[in-house]
Amino acid sequence: MLNRKYLLQRLALMGISLFIVVTLLFFLFRQIPGGPTAMMAPGALPEDVRQQVIEEHGLNEPLWRQYVLFMTNLVQGDLGYSFYYGQPVSSMIASRVVNTLALMISAILISYTLGIYLGAHLGWIRGTTLERVEMVIVLIARSTPVFFMGLFLLYIFSFQLGWFPVGGMRSVGASADGAFQTFFSIDFFHHLVLPVVSLSLFYTGLPLLLMRNNMLEVITEEYIETAQAKGLSRRRIVFVHAARNAILPVVTAFAVAIGFSIGGQVLIETVFSWPGLGREMVDSATRNDYPMAQGTFLLLATLVITMNFVADILYTYLDPRVSVDGESE
Amino acid sequence: MSDTNATATESTTDGSRRRQRLRRLGETLASQAKTVWRSKMAVFGICLILAFTLMAVTAPFIAPYEPNERQYADDGSWKTMESPSAEHPLGTTDDGYDVLSQLIWGSQIAMFVGYLGAFMVAVIGTGAGVVAGYYGGLVDEGVMRFVDILYGLPFIPFVIVIATIFGASVWNVIFGIALLYWLTTARVVRSEVLSIKERPYIEAAKAAGASNLRIMRVHIVPNVLPLSALYAAIAVGYSITAQASIAFLGFSDPTVPSWGVMLQRVFNQQGLDAWWWFLPPGISITLVVLGAYLAGRGYDEIVNPQLQQ
Repeated sequence: MLNRKYLLQRLALMGISLFIVVTLLFFLFRQIPGGPTAMMAPGALPEDVRQQVIEEHGLNEPLWRQYVLFMTNLVQGDLGYSFYYGQPVSSMIASRVVNTLALMISAILISYTLGIYLGAHLGWIRGTTLERVEMVIVLIARSTPVFFMGLFLLYIFSFQLGWFPVGGMRSVGASADGAFQTFFSIDFFHHLVLPVVSLSLFYTGLPLLLMRNNMLEVITEEYIETAQAKGLSRRRIVFVHAARNAILPVVTAFAVAIGFSIGGQVLIETVFSWPGLGREMVDSATRNDYPMAQGTFLLLATLVITMNFVADILYTYLDPRVSVDGESE
Repeated sequence: MSDTNATATESTTDGSRRRQRLRRLGETLASQAKTVWRSKMAVFGICLILAFTLMAVTAPFIAPYEPNERQYADDGSWKTMESPSAEHPLGTTDDGYDVLSQLIWGSQIAMFVGYLGAFMVAVIGTGAGVVAGYYGGLVDEGVMRFVDILYGLPFIPFVIVIATIFGASVWNVIFGIALLYWLTTARVVRSEVLSIKERPYIEAAKAAGASNLRIMRVHIVPNVLPLSALYAAIAVGYSITAQASIAFLGFSDPTVPSWGVMLQRVFNQQGLDAWWWFLPPGISITLVVLGAYLAGRGYDEIVNPQLQQ
């Protein structure tokens, strides 16, 4: 069961990780020759605004003062002003986060449902020709770079067949009143299909292979033999008796996967012009909009760190064999 | 445990010992090669990788044109977006460049990053894992917490940050790989070392006065090498995908021909109608990565027989 000491230790580690990542980021962005405003295209930022930015961030103060100011602002949720949008980074990011989560959660739910089902199935039909064929397909899907998968689907289903829009989150002119209409309209789902399919094809590999390997171990256990001797149907044995035990590591992998999926998310958002955090990060980095790039990165890193924390906690919670230190006994 | 003693004995019989060790290494390699040969999957994967390696090495001789050499039609106009022909087997790009030549030249950077990435993953991951696992205690705690913290940096966004600050180049990806891709290898190697170091022959070596360094080098590292090799094989694929992804997003040097840069160009110029332009680089990446997976998995199944039954 959950041990309070372990939980506290893990929480402290999460705090330290966040602190170090933030500090690293601060010093990295101070490496830009001439400071964060120097690379701005001339005229993009009026001189008085530039002075204001320098003033607000204390850019003419000693480094340690800047660092203290940066940390104080961050704790208060102030990530500075976007050079490009001229608005607070935090308010710009908030809407992007929701869009990213809508895409990410759909893709991860689909790929984990599919991966667990197919993995159990593959583990069971081990050694057949069908298994070999299916494995080859799985490995090819997993080897394809996710952005190429996106481009390929775009080529077939948008350019050749014209079934789906080439990008964006809603049609031009389509208005959305409130969150419900934004995320629960036919138009939105129409735009969601291709990015979700690209991401899912890529993500399915991990839970599938994990599930298959666990199944191979589980089906040699005695209770499976007992179930067979009882005359239970194959289907019942696979999905009720075996899969239930093979699923544990996949659940933990789920939380870690959310962290790892960030890279795929950035690429797919770019391919499909999805107005999410990933694409915002790419765009702001290209525009040298440093506060924005910094803010989006911080949020993505926070997401990863939090998910790693959740994974560790889930792991100890689900598998009683794990002792307090997080080591297997 | 006296280090000076160990060094002294070593230097007296240095030559013969080295020969002996080399012979043992040769035998290990030969037996591993035989093992790998038993898996058709692994052999196929290795062949795929070797084919692309050959392409990269011989690029200057087999590529019909320079990667950025404009092709002109007889009337002096650019050969823009021409579909495949005898003269240009994979057609031309919007700028009138030969796709096949770009593909062949692009394999150089892909294979370079792939092998370098695999090497770094193997060396750094194995090194950190062995040191953490062998010394245990505070060293272990320190190394593994460092690994935990690095797990908090998402790879692609991190490389984008690096590229924004230090400018676009191939080295950003390589730096990212060196910093972030060895973490899993280190964790796995460490837990393997934890079990190896409890074995009697390690005790025996310690009792005989072998230094820590020597125990790690002679008794531990050779035992975790198959594991490192597995992760290195898979890292070839990961590194190539990483390089292509960053190039696709526009954070790599656009003047260096690479598969990712080709795909970026297709995407930015809305050239998706030209299948001969965007399919070859994408399929090439997929094939190399598949080759790395197959090599790794085939090897894994041989080393862990419970996976095949």
